[in-house]
Amino acid sequence: MAIEIEQPRVGLSKVAVSKTHGEDSPYFAGWKAYDENPYHETSNQSGVIQMGLAENQVSFDLLEKYLEEHSEASSWGKGAPGFRENALFQDYHGLKSFRQAMANFMEQIRGGRAKFDPDRIVLTAGATAANELLTFILADPGDALLIPTPYYPGFDRDLRWRTGVNIVPIHCDSSNNFQITPEAMEAAYQSAESMNLKVRGILITNPSNPLGATIQRSALEQILDFAVNKNIHLVSDEIYSGSTFSSSEFISIAEILETRGYKDAERVHIVYSLSKDLGLPGFRVGTIYSYNDQVVTTARRMSSFTLISSQTQHLLACMLSNKEFSENYIKTNRERLSKRYDMIIKGLKKAGIECLKGNAGLFCWMNLSPLLEKPTRESELALWKVILNEVKLNISPGSSCHCSEPGWFRVCFANMSEQTLEIALERIHKFMEQRKRN
Amino acid sequence: MEFKRKNKTQLLSKIATNDRHGENSPYFDGWKAYDNNPFHPTQNPNGVIQMGLAENKLCFDLIKKWIMENPDASICTAEGVDKFKDVAIFQDYHGLKEFREAIAKFMGRVGGNKVTFDANRIVMSSGATGANETIMFCLADPGDAFLLPSPYYPGFARDLRWRTGLEIVPVDCKSSNNFRITRAAMEDAYEKAQKWNLNVKGIIIANPSNPLGTTLDIETMRSLVAFVNEKNIHLVCDEIYAATVFDSPRFVSVAEVIQDMDCCNRDLIHIVYSLSKDMGIPGFRVGIVYSFNDDVMLCARKMSSFGLVSSQTQYLLASMLSDDGFVGNFLRESSKRLAKRHYVFTKGLEQVGISCLTSNAGLFFWMDMRQLLKEQSFKGEIELWRVILNEVKLNVSPSSSFQCSEPGWFRVCFANMDDKTVEVALNRIRAFVLDRENQESNRSKRCWRKKHLRLSFSSTRLYDETIMSPCMISPHSPLVRAKT
Repeated sequence: MAIEIEQPRVGLSKVAVSKTHGEDSPYFAGWKAYDENPYHETSNQSGVIQMGLAENQVSFDLLEKYLEEHSEASSWGKGAPGFRENALFQDYHGLKSFRQAMANFMEQIRGGRAKFDPDRIVLTAGATAANELLTFILADPGDALLIPTPYYPGFDRDLRWRTGVNIVPIHCDSSNNFQITPEAMEAAYQSAESMNLKVRGILITNPSNPLGATIQRSALEQILDFAVNKNIHLVSDEIYSGSTFSSSEFISIAEILETRGYKDAERVHIVYSLSKDLGLPGFRVGTIYSYNDQVVTTARRMSSFTLISSQTQHLLACMLSNKEFSENYIKTNRERLSKRYDMIIKGLKKAGIECLKGNAGLFCWMNLSPLLEKPTRESELALWKVILNEVKLNISPGSSCHCSEPGWFRVCFANMSEQTLEIALERIHKFMEQRKRN
Repeated sequence: MEFKRKNKTQLLSKIATNDRHGENSPYFDGWKAYDNNPFHPTQNPNGVIQMGLAENKLCFDLIKKWIMENPDASICTAEGVDKFKDVAIFQDYHGLKEFREAIAKFMGRVGGNKVTFDANRIVMSSGATGANETIMFCLADPGDAFLLPSPYYPGFARDLRWRTGLEIVPVDCKSSNNFRITRAAMEDAYEKAQKWNLNVKGIIIANPSNPLGTTLDIETMRSLVAFVNEKNIHLVCDEIYAATVFDSPRFVSVAEVIQDMDCCNRDLIHIVYSLSKDMGIPGFRVGIVYSFNDDVMLCARKMSSFGLVSSQTQYLLASMLSDDGFVGNFLRESSKRLAKRHYVFTKGLEQVGISCLTSNAGLFFWMDMRQLLKEQSFKGEIELWRVILNEVKLNVSPSSSFQCSEPGWFRVCFANMDDKTVEVALNRIRAFVLDRENQESNRSKRCWRKKHLRLSFSSTRLYDETIMSPCMISPHSPLVRAKT
C-alpha cells in the first residue's frame, strides 16, 4: 500500500504562476459560455451564438474547389512524390517556393503598391508566435511597447507573458473615431517614462482589431515620424490586410516606406498571417517581414522554436503561387465580407444601434453606450452579462480590449452562416424592443 | 524599389544580440563544409559526406505506402476534402482529440506497452525544440540552472538557455564507466552550482542519449528519480529517440520507472517527445510535452499557443498512428534497419581497430578515435577533426561540440544516407585510419607514453586507463573494442 508522504510543493517559474496568460478575462469567459451551450440551427436553436471569435468562414468553398482541381497540391494522395524531401525539410529559412508565394500574395493584397522580398520573410507558427518573437528581439524584460487602444486581447499574453515586457496604452476614443493622434502617442510615451519604463517600440494593428477600420495615410505618417523621433521600433500587424472591403482603402506601412525611399525603414517590421484572410487558423501560418537585416537573421534563428509544418508550407506554396486562384480569392473574399458587413450594419441600425464606420475585418465595433446605466466599466460588464446570458450572444466587451470608453462591443460576423447571422440580428432586435418598452 | 540601404545599428534586445543562439559552434562548421561541397554518388563523388546530421531516412517507403493507400487522411484529396474546413479552422490548443489519442497510444507502444499514456496529458509544441524550451519556461526563472549530463546535444545550449535566461551546469560523464550518469557526478554538479550561487531547478536527460546512442539502465533511472526527489527538483526526460532502440536492453521510459516507485513525487516528472527522429519527419514539427504535474501541463498547454502543430499535420498523423497494423510493422522494420546499419558500420570500423561505445539506440554511434590523436587534448581532437572533415571529407561531430569532458570521441550519424553512400563512407574511414596509423607507427611506443604524461587534461585516472588499455597491446586488436 502506498504511504502518503507529505511533499513540499515544488516551485514552478514566475512565468508559470503569473496570470499574464490572460485567460481570466471576460473575453474568454464568453467563449466558455458558448462552449457549454453552443447554438445549432437544428439541434440547439436556443444556444449561444458565437460572435466573439474573429474567424473567416465565408470563403471556404473557393479553397475546397482549388484542392479538388489541383492534384499537385494534393500530391500526397496520388503517388506522394517529394514526400521524403518535404518531411525532412526543417530548414528555418522555410521553403523558398512558399516564401515566394507569401511575398506575392502580400503584394497582391496591396494592389502591387508595395514590393516584398522573399528573403526578408521569416516564418512562424501563427501571428501569435510572430508577435511574441519580435518582442523578444526588440525589447528587454521590463521595457515597454506602446499600443493604441482598443486592442486585440491576445496581445496581453503574446507580447508580455514570457517576454516580461510591458504594454503602455495609447488612448483613443470616439471623439475622433478612435484614430491615433500624435498627442495620444506623446502622452503614452510620457506615461511610460514616468513609470521608469524604457519604450522600445510602438505596435499598431492595421486594419484594426477590434475597430474593423483601416488606419488613414496621415495617421500612418505621423506614427512613423513618432517612431523616428523617439528612435523606437514600429511593428505593424497587418493580419487583416486581405480582409478590407475595398482594395484601395488599405494603406500598408510598406507603402509609406516606399514613398519615403525606405528612409528609416530599419525600424519597421510587419507581421502577417493566413489565419484571417484565408481562414486557416489551424494551419499556423505566420510571418515576420522586417527591413532590418539583423532582425531578419535573429528572427529566423528564433523561429526554430515555432516553425511551420513543411507539409503545410508545401500545400500553401502550390495554392498561393496560382495567380488565378489567389487573385480571384482576394477579390471574392472582399466582396463577401463587404456584403456581410452591410447586412449586420443594416440589421443593427434597424434595431437602433450605431456602429463605428468600418471598412475591414471580420467584425464591427458596436456602440451600446446609450444603454449603460452609468458610463463605467462595471455597467458595461453588467450589460455584457445580460447579452450573453439572456440574449445568448457572445460578443466581446470593449473593456476586454482595454477601451477607455465604456459601452463599445466587438461583434464578429464572418464565422457563421447568413441564416445564423439573421437569427442573431433578430435576437438583438427583440432585446432592443424590450429595453425600449421597459 | 529594393531596400538596399546600409542598416544602422538598431538597438535590439540583449537576447537578440547575445551568442546564445549557439550558431558559432564548430558543430556547425562541419555542416557548412558539407553545404559547400556536398557528396553525390555520381555528380560529386569526392564531396563531403554528411555524417553530422542525426536524421532518420530509413523508413520513408513505409510511410509513403501508407499515405498512398489512405488518401482520406489528407484533407487535400478528393477523398478527404470534406474534412478540410473543420480541420483548417481548428486552432484549439488542446489539439485534435484523435491526434492526442494516437500519440498517446504510439508512445505507449514505443515504451513496450509497459505503461499507458493519458491522451489528456498530451500537450503540443513545435518539435522537441519547442517542447524543451516550453518546459524550461514553466519550471525555472531567468538565472536559474538545470543540470545536464555531458556529452549532450549541442542544440540544448540554445533551446534551454537562449530566451529563457537559464544556465546549464553539466554533469560530467566519463568513458571509464561508459559515460554512465553516476550519483557522485550529479552531486558534484549540484554542489558546483551551489558554489556559483545558481538555483538548481532540475536535471534534464536524453534517454536514449544523443550523442552516445545508449539507453539508460533501470538503476541509473531510479537513481535519477531518487536524486530529484531528495533535492525536490524537476526531472525532464527527453525521449525523442525512444523508438530508435534496435538492440537490447529495451527502451524503458521514465513513466515506467516511476510506476514502481511509491516514494516518487510525480509533480517532478516531465517527458519531452517528438516524431522527428523515430518517424523521420522533422519537417512536420511534432513535439510533445507530457507532464505528470497538472499545473505544468496546464501552463505548457497555454504556452503551446506559440507553437501548435499544424492541424493539417495533426489530422494526417492521427489517422496514420491509429493504424495499429502500420505502427507495429513500422516499429519492427525501423529497428531492424537501424540495427543493420549500426552493425555494418561498427563491424567495418572494428576491422581497422576503431572501437565504438557499445550502443543499442539512436541514429549515430560514438566513435573512439583517441588513439589517433596526435595530442590527447581538445586541440588534438580539433586537429584530427579538421583532417577528417577537409581531407577524408566526412562531416562527423567532435566530442567538444557536445561539451564532453574527454577529447577524442566523435559522433557519427548513419541513418541519413543510402547503402551506397555507407560503403563509400566506410571505405574512406578505413583508408584514413590505416594511413594515419602508419604515420603514427613511425613514432615509438616510448613517445606514446611520454605524450600521456603531458596530458593537457588533468585526469590522472584517464592516464591510468590509457596505460592499461588494450590499445597499448596493439591498435589492430579486436580487444580494442570498448566493453559494455
